[in-house]
Amino acid sequence: MQLKRKKIAGLLSVATCSLLCTPVQADKGEWDIDAAVLYYAEDDGRVEAIEPVISARKDLGDEESLSMKLVIDSLTGSSPNGAVPSTQVQTFIKPSGDGTYEVAPNETPLDPSFKDTRVAYSMNWEKPYDRNNRRNYGFNISKEYDFTSISANALWQHDTNQKNTTYSYGFNFEFDNIEPVGDVPDPLTSMYDQEKGDSSDTRNVIDLLFGVTQVIDRTSLFQVNLTLSEADGYMTDPYKIVSLVDGVSGEPVDQLYENRPDSRSRQGLYGKYRKTLGNDDIFTASYRYMTDDWGIDSNTFDFTYRFKFGNGYYLQPRLRLYDQTAADFYTYFLVDGDPLPSDVSADYRLGEMEATTVGIKFGREVDRQHSWSVRLEQYEQTGESSPSEAVGQLRNQDLYPDVTATIVQLSYAFIF
Amino acid sequence: MTIRYQWLLLASVLAVSGCSSLGVKPWERDILARDDMLMDADAFDLAFDEHIYFSKEASSGGQGFAGGGCGCN
Repeated sequence: MQLKRKKIAGLLSVATCSLLCTPVQADKGEWDIDAAVLYYAEDDGRVEAIEPVISARKDLGDEESLSMKLVIDSLTGSSPNGAVPSTQVQTFIKPSGDGTYEVAPNETPLDPSFKDTRVAYSMNWEKPYDRNNRRNYGFNISKEYDFTSISANALWQHDTNQKNTTYSYGFNFEFDNIEPVGDVPDPLTSMYDQEKGDSSDTRNVIDLLFGVTQVIDRTSLFQVNLTLSEADGYMTDPYKIVSLVDGVSGEPVDQLYENRPDSRSRQGLYGKYRKTLGNDDIFTASYRYMTDDWGIDSNTFDFTYRFKFGNGYYLQPRLRLYDQTAADFYTYFLVDGDPLPSDVSADYRLGEMEATTVGIKFGREVDRQHSWSVRLEQYEQTGESSPSEAVGQLRNQDLYPDVTATIVQLSYAFIF
Repeated sequence: MTIRYQWLLLASVLAVSGCSSLGVKPWERDILARDDMLMDADAFDLAFDEHIYFSKEASSGGQGFAGGGCGCN
């Protein structure tokens, strides 16, 4: 009798698990809909973006699913063109080559013609191969008026060790076509000569991913990914320039179009740890190390802590810390008379910098069918604004202005 | 092989070894199976972050394939 009771208890626990161990997602035939909108705004009239997104995932049964996602991204504002400030009014040619814009003395030169709309669509199909293997195929296309990107990826996941260990093997191929406004500028030529070449150029990117996800115990797990990426083709930003300055006064004497290497090889190591604490709160920590043959090494730490309250409410503070070294070919400016390097860029995103994101997210899992959240974050990026190589008037200028951005995200998910 | 590549290799070897003693029994997965314990929970947050930081910093990716690249300024 006792043995029979034990057997029944065992069967019940297995049955309970079969209910509990599957993530709360749509059942067969149901649609899982997620919608969100992101608002991103930088201070000082720089970039502003509004990005609505909607995704739909249909459960096809037997753990097979099909999902689609549509993103519309609308950007406006001003973006640094790479030139240094001057004590004089500076005049720059618009990217189209048609007309000019002026920058006031001692101001960071910003290109005010930055305006873009991006539409991106992606599809994903996930299907089990057998009890311990799953395959996932994805396709993405995104289009801006001067940029088209198409990519396809495949991911194979293998469970082992009673599904406590999952190995992931992924491959992604991306093809990009760049059609700059005003055609592709000849590298290292004067912006004022408007020497342009082809109307478009291309690049290919191949990514490989090898990952392990490991359950540690009943409340925690970790993930480690190794990623390799090889990019070949046009990597230059056709709208960015580098100032050629007088070696004594530091005043710009010309503005040259930048040039970047036509290949880039990157390696990354990513680790993530997640744990539920006794009171149901969730702690997540991640770290990413990236290195590439442009000389850029970066570290990213990301921490969140989800405080859970009654009725499905939660509050989640976040801290993200980032730092990177400069690309080998990054410079603040070039000195007139010095030999020109073959690769050079003054794009602040390739410079040495640190960045901090502090934020909070508030949301509610209303029930199995509905959930919503609001995310508010502040991003701050700082670099060396007074480098030792500054000459003349550049010693008094801010050569790496801080970037401060506000991020607001509203999300809503439901099942029908 | 440079030091940085050796470091990556060592870390990845450590990641795939020594895992067999970890884990839970199938009926102990109640907490791990919750939506907010999935490694890709909050997928939109991850996708938005990937887009923002791709446009502002020189490194990107790591967790998966972002897809739908952009020529962000």
